[in-house]
Amino acid sequence: MEEKQQMIRAQNVVFRYAQDSAPALSGVTMDVRRGEFIAVLGANGCGKSTLAKHFNAILLPESGDVFVEQYNTREEEHLYDIRQRVGMVFQNPDNQIVATVVEEDVAFALENLGVPPAEMRVRVDEAMEMAGIYKHREKAPHKLSGGQKQRVAIAGVIAMRPDCLVMDESTAMLDPIGREKVMRTVKKLNDEYGITVVMITHYMEEAVQADRVIVMSSGRIELEGTPKEVFADSARIRALKLDVPQAKELCDLLRVAGVDLPPDLIDTEECAQALAGLLAAAGRRAR
Amino acid sequence: MSYVIQVEHLTYIYGEGMPDATTALDDVSFGIERGEFLGVIGPTGCGKSTLVTHFNGLNRPTSGKVLIDGTDIWADPKKIRQYRFKVGMVFQYPEYQLFEETVRKDIGFGPRNMGLPESEIAARVVEAAHFCGLDDAVLDRSPFELSGGQKRRAAIAGILAMKPEVLVLDEPAAGLDPEGREMILSQVKRFHRETGTTVVLVSHSMEDIAKYADRVLVLQAGKIAMLDTTAKIFARAGELVSLGLSVPEVTKIFLRLAELGIDIPTDVYTVGYARDTILRALGRKGGEADA
Repeated sequence: MEEKQQMIRAQNVVFRYAQDSAPALSGVTMDVRRGEFIAVLGANGCGKSTLAKHFNAILLPESGDVFVEQYNTREEEHLYDIRQRVGMVFQNPDNQIVATVVEEDVAFALENLGVPPAEMRVRVDEAMEMAGIYKHREKAPHKLSGGQKQRVAIAGVIAMRPDCLVMDESTAMLDPIGREKVMRTVKKLNDEYGITVVMITHYMEEAVQADRVIVMSSGRIELEGTPKEVFADSARIRALKLDVPQAKELCDLLRVAGVDLPPDLIDTEECAQALAGLLAAAGRRAR
Repeated sequence: MSYVIQVEHLTYIYGEGMPDATTALDDVSFGIERGEFLGVIGPTGCGKSTLVTHFNGLNRPTSGKVLIDGTDIWADPKKIRQYRFKVGMVFQYPEYQLFEETVRKDIGFGPRNMGLPESEIAARVVEAAHFCGLDDAVLDRSPFELSGGQKRRAAIAGILAMKPEVLVLDEPAAGLDPEGREMILSQVKRFHRETGTTVVLVSHSMEDIAKYADRVLVLQAGKIAMLDTTAKIFARAGELVSLGLSVPEVTKIFLRLAELGIDIPTDVYTVGYARDTILRALGRKGGEADA
């Protein structure tokens, strides 16, 4: 793959948390291309968060290598370059916010980097707009909902103008509406601003929106492909202790009962469209 | 009808008298039937956590009454403590409440505070631990050595060991992966079935409520928006969406079919029922007869 196209590359990464423990990652090889939206799925303990933490050198491999663009994460002298390019948003909204005013929290990293005040103002405002929290800029973070706090965390990372955003189960502690809003924000950042996104999740409705899905189990990659390719084998997905999107489950059951549906319908819209076609043909149009 | 918990004109105001006073509950009245499995749902900030913390006296009404077994729990405020044992509450992320040296001692904390004899406490600890899928080997370890899932189960066991009349769970499956969710919620259902204890499940997940609850209480901005059987609540899926609630994926498919001009019921909230409804609409065999 052309070097310009490569955002992140993991090569045979092995990692264990303690010397005598079983490896959390047992030889993982994968890459993320610039501008892609990839989802990494897997049951708890599969190694997906451990892998994510290698992407901006929070963890270093025991053996194997991780590259962010041309930089190897082991190169200490390039740590800032790596962290400039890849920003992370974690699971717990409360653990990522340090300031008492939203816009000050978003400015935190820029202050630490000594960015001039005029430029900081522009970048902070821009980041808050992009994350959809500009109207909350003068509020105290502890008074915001979980979803709003996560978007403050996202804004804080965006202010750094990273090339890539890694979301480590960032919606796990949110309610469904909060999750939807965060997903919409992240999708927009990817679609409109070309920011590469790596989303670690176990929510199927998030994974089906990705360009590519990677499924992990016990420290290894088990499946990789487009959402349609990965979710094609429902039994395999269940065996990996994941849920199948309900749209897929429904279509599987209907096909078994003899209904003529394409085998690769995985999201609600395409499922509804296909069913609408069949039901209209069967005379079920409302007057 | 025998209500184990009854709430009469309950109003609760946070920061009463202060400039940023918020009315979290606004004249709420309803009853929870003995032995039922009630789901409580509502958008963030609707008052559901505030409501359930009134059931064991952690919050005191600004006005109105909370009755348990027909008695106003605040009639004699000095006796409020007994209700902490009658109504067992599992908070969100309950693993944060573990504190003892061993799992055995932590699970035994509630029963010990109830003044039960040691032999009774010992028996209850083992029973509750086993029910929650924790084996004997775990009992003498430090709670902090356990995995996240085990910690959560240990915390829940600590509440079950008190054998409360009512079990309240606030998002017990929060933050868990699909397998974890399935395990915790099916265990709660099993507990309900085997002991007949009244269960109140507070959740954001319509899928979970749909699967386990008999009746559903929908709250919005401190007021009751709906209170009915699960089936009747889901018959109003469109309204639930406009209240800011997220309905199951399969329900969204049916709402979309209705939008696309198809004549089909939309009170569908499980995949199995969805399959039957579609087959029936197509005039195919395999759809179950109308109930």
